[in-house]
Amino acid sequence: MLEIKDLHVSIDGREILKGINLEVKAGEVHAIMGPNGSGKSTLAAALAGKDSIEITRGSITYMGENLLDMKPEDRARKGLFLGFQYPVEIPGVSIVNFMKTAINEQRKFRGLDPISASDFLKKMRDKKELVGLTTNLANRSVNEGFSGGEKKKNEIFQMAMLEPLLAILDETDSGLDIDALKTVANGVNKLRRKDNATIVITHYQRLLEHIIPDFVHVLYKGRIVKSSGKELALELEEKGYEWMELEAE
Amino acid sequence: MEENKDQILTEVTKGDYKYGFFSDIDTDTIPKGLSEDVVRLISEKKQEPEFMLEFRLKAYRHWLTMKMPQWAHLRIPEIRYEDIIFYAAPKQVVGPKSLSEVDPELLRTFNKLGIPLEEQKHLTGVAVDAVMDSISVKTTFRETLAEMGIIFCSMSEAIREYPDLVKKYLGSVVPFTDNFFASLNSAVFSDGSFCYIPKGVRSPMELSTYFRINAANTGQFERTLLIAEDDSYVSYLEGCTAPMRDENQLHAAVVEIVALENAEVKYSTVQNWYPGDKNGKGGIFNFVTKRGICKGDNSKISWTQVETGSAVTWKYPSCILRGNNTVGEFYSVAVTNNYQQADTGTKMIHIGKNSRSTIISKGISAGHGQNSFRSLVKVIKSADKVRNFTQCDSLLMGDKCGAHTFPYIEVENESAIIEHEATTSKIGEDQIFYCNQRGIDTENAVGLIINGYTREVLNKLPMEFAVEAQKLLQISLEGSVG
Repeated sequence: MLEIKDLHVSIDGREILKGINLEVKAGEVHAIMGPNGSGKSTLAAALAGKDSIEITRGSITYMGENLLDMKPEDRARKGLFLGFQYPVEIPGVSIVNFMKTAINEQRKFRGLDPISASDFLKKMRDKKELVGLTTNLANRSVNEGFSGGEKKKNEIFQMAMLEPLLAILDETDSGLDIDALKTVANGVNKLRRKDNATIVITHYQRLLEHIIPDFVHVLYKGRIVKSSGKELALELEEKGYEWMELEAE
Repeated sequence: MEENKDQILTEVTKGDYKYGFFSDIDTDTIPKGLSEDVVRLISEKKQEPEFMLEFRLKAYRHWLTMKMPQWAHLRIPEIRYEDIIFYAAPKQVVGPKSLSEVDPELLRTFNKLGIPLEEQKHLTGVAVDAVMDSISVKTTFRETLAEMGIIFCSMSEAIREYPDLVKKYLGSVVPFTDNFFASLNSAVFSDGSFCYIPKGVRSPMELSTYFRINAANTGQFERTLLIAEDDSYVSYLEGCTAPMRDENQLHAAVVEIVALENAEVKYSTVQNWYPGDKNGKGGIFNFVTKRGICKGDNSKISWTQVETGSAVTWKYPSCILRGNNTVGEFYSVAVTNNYQQADTGTKMIHIGKNSRSTIISKGISAGHGQNSFRSLVKVIKSADKVRNFTQCDSLLMGDKCGAHTFPYIEVENESAIIEHEATTSKIGEDQIFYCNQRGIDTENAVGLIINGYTREVLNKLPMEFAVEAQKLLQISLEGSVG
């Protein structure tokens, strides 16, 4: 599904990612862990196609196509979803309207007619329940005045609505209390299918108690320094990231 | 990357002004320039009674003593009044009895503008007075409205047919001495709409005036007078467009509204005069005085405006809240893109006890546009328990535009509660990227964000107009993402 080869990324002329290699297959959950400043969010932004990201070397293939040739909206329309670390507020735009626009843009891209009002409402209802979103939240403006937890739940709700093939969750667990964390993890687990994949980016191991990854990668100073099974997360929690420094050298 | 950003920024207004065409219509024009003779000639052409000529001459003489106001936050090149043609009228039968008497080219023009003058083709529930250059071409649904006692006709006809009403109310809200442009308008106004809603009548349809400037080198000076008797209601709409030209054209209108006891008047404007090209060449200079008086107790006047056009806008639709328990409202969206400049806002003059006013202004600046919001909330000494709420928001797109606010508050009565809120924000790349990431392209993302930002105001427009206004905003800002 996704193949990243020797990816080098700079922001404002500073090299952040220094040769990333990663392969993600359908049905898999990958966790990318690393300390602050290791380049985790940069990797997420590079996958989503953020403007300020400069790819200096390497390639990303997604569903057999060159991802780097695609505009951000086309990546999304082809099933790539990014759950933002800091979701932005869009005042005056209701989540209902926002989701309807997004779904219809994606449907248009795939040659489908706009979703009917009744199908849309049903979908809203189902997915809201799935991720434990309260009714009135959906009628509010996108992220406006949301608490940190509400924003993250809203990201998972959008993911449920858009049914992506590849979801990248950028520090979705940060700033969540344990209940919110469980709700978010629960949503992710319920959306897991054989034909989709998830990349969970996190600083802490605790999210991985609820979302069980198939692979754990440690990102350190712009490189993946270690990849292993889920047990790696526990090892990291125990020994801290300094241990990685030794490993890296 | 910076370059890329700049490129997006400079890609302004790909959406062309779609009303920029010119119609070749046989037009009756008078020589350019302004003098007492010109004022007399206009009055004569319109076969006006003596009192109108006197009104005009007094206004003209007063105008000669005045100077162009300089206080607005606008840069305006000198206007050469000697080069302007003050009267231009499509040649046609005066007061056509039926459509067959109207020049087919005129009908085609208004059809092209989306304003069919055939009643059966028209949006149900909207009566239109179509004004081109200096005269009213046709007023639809007059007969239907007349059955209820509603008078809806051109100003010229009103002056001839209802001189008493005109004499009583014309200049009663905006006197001919009011300001430079109001005086000029009072001297040379050529046409406009007149509307009278009798006591206890709710107008069953939206009344609207569509203003079109067509002829070159002319100024348009229309005058609208709207009278709502006790317990009446009317919703009124105004739209305007002009051809694309390299020269600037002057538009100086006056609108007066009188609301008597328990009357309610909603006045909505979708202003889309030609804004000039992307280098700031051409476009309409729009100097408008709009004012309503809530004369009777419990009356209400509500202004809603969506301003996307004009090279320069100078306009402050205001309410004089004279009756007790009266309500004044002002909802505005003003867009300045490219080199457009706008200085717009409102005045709420609280005279009546318990009078209330609401001001919601949403400014959007893009390109090199300069957008100023100016307001006055005044509460006189005897006006007890006045309430005002003002919210003025500015949205910036890109880093070459400007937003300015000039709120004035003068309160002489301690029981007044006045609130003022203001925000300035920028359409962030982060907001756009967030939309992109959900599969929404940049143009649609901007549309979505702008609609969200302006929703409070657009919701006040009648349904069909809200949809039009939404599209218009998107077109006006197309490509101007920063």
